[in-house]
Amino acid sequence: MSVARYWREIPRRYRLEAGKCSNCGYIAFPHRLVCPECGSRKFEDYRLKDTGKIVSFTTIEVGPTEFSDQVPYNVGIIELGDEVRITAQIADADPKDIKIGGKVKLEFRKIQQDGHAGVIKYGYKAVLV
Amino acid sequence: MREVAIIGVGLMKWGELWKKSFRDIFVEAALNSIDDAGVERIDSMYIGCMSGGLFTGQEHIGSIMADYLGQKHIPAARVESACASGGLAVKMGFLEVASGMSDIVLVGGVEKMTDVDGGGATAALATAADQEYEVYNGITFPGLYAMIARAHMDKYGTKREHLADVAVKNHSNGLHNPNAQFQMKISREDVLNSVMVASPLRILDCSPITDGAAAMILCDLETAKRISKKMPVRILGIGHASDTIALHNRKDLTTLNSTVKAAQDAYKMSGVKPSDIDVAEVHDCFTIAEIVASEDVGFFEKGEGGCAVSDGRTQIGGQIPINPSGGLKSKGHPVGATGVAQVIEIVEQLRGNAKERQVENAKTGLTQNMGGSGGSSIIHILKGEE
Ligand SMILES: [Zn+2]
Repeated sequence: MSVARYWREIPRRYRLEAGKCSNCGYIAFPHRLVCPECGSRKFEDYRLKDTGKIVSFTTIEVGPTEFSDQVPYNVGIIELGDEVRITAQIADADPKDIKIGGKVKLEFRKIQQDGHAGVIKYGYKAVLV
Repeated sequence: MREVAIIGVGLMKWGELWKKSFRDIFVEAALNSIDDAGVERIDSMYIGCMSGGLFTGQEHIGSIMADYLGQKHIPAARVESACASGGLAVKMGFLEVASGMSDIVLVGGVEKMTDVDGGGATAALATAADQEYEVYNGITFPGLYAMIARAHMDKYGTKREHLADVAVKNHSNGLHNPNAQFQMKISREDVLNSVMVASPLRILDCSPITDGAAAMILCDLETAKRISKKMPVRILGIGHASDTIALHNRKDLTTLNSTVKAAQDAYKMSGVKPSDIDVAEVHDCFTIAEIVASEDVGFFEKGEGGCAVSDGRTQIGGQIPINPSGGLKSKGHPVGATGVAQVIEIVEQLRGNAKERQVENAKTGLTQNMGGSGGSSIIHILKGEE
């Protein structure tokens, strides 16, 4: 992954920065230029809540090359407190303890790595609370 | 708009085709469709292909295929909508004939997936999802459909066995399809004991990696009646819709809104309703996908799709036979070719030409071709022209 491509997403991945539609309140994560709900082009800065609940989940046994050293690992769709949904790994959890509706919080974690000399990539992972 | 008919179809044996190149497989299927239609010229060509670049390093696909098909200087374009690229090619060909721009159009689909290793294929397929906000965090395509499956099981009580029965049925149908990649009978136990890929989905819930191509000849109905030696099959209606690229941005994971919307539009355009459909090919890239699609196109109430499979309502001879070809599961899933091959199966069914897998008295058929985790869906409704 090129450094520029990685760098430009840092505000979202490190700090959960989003946009809130000034007209209807829709929260866009990542940011958007136009609101999909009302068509407004005006957004205010907004920071996502970092707690939420599990909507659905899976345990990946066969992973992409970048994640092959992490299998098996859990991934879920998480609905945060402000009803924004994201896809994130559910870290440090036994699959038996993961339930739809289960409560989680987001933590800043290492996500993947481009070989030995490439970009080390960080972002959010969910942990059970 | 002019009425549009399919007058020729061409397939080839799908599989891991080590000896055949990207261009070879497309030209083989295209020549079969030209021979089946008995036409001497084609005016234009559309080819569905998801990722020639990532799978083989080749782009500019319209021109290379027209060149090797011996069709000097015809307009030829590659169209892409992930795994719905083939369905999109059919739609584009329809529009070109309906508009009067061309009279005889070849629509095809192709994917050569085995020139890269498993990791390369997984990465190429993953480009159909949101790279920065889904794939970045480690999700895979089996993983996305696994989350749909778990949500469907949680909300409607769909059982693991229901998913397995989709694979069992489709492999049973595929036994009678000489072009299928995996002509093998499997049992429910085989599926339930196969290796886990992304819980709750196992390897026998997943469609395979396949090399393959498919092609058809479209022309206006008046010309079709004049020149076609076989029964022309009319394209009665088309629905084509998109949805959020990321699965997590959908309020309900158990419904694919692009399929619901595309179905509504296709039924409206064709003037038929779900109960008028005699046979259907739907996009079973994973077993759960067939269950969800069978509900979203209106064959069953929401949540009934799992029971419907296990009760035999979707087998040949049942209430609404689904995937008599063997589906993506057994036939294989060369992503760009799939949408075209689905329409070809319905043409064979409506012509009464499907032999051991023939659905009795099939007059009207439907195909549903899906891109990604439901980011696009294309539906065609077809009728034999007596
Ligand atoms: Zn808005």
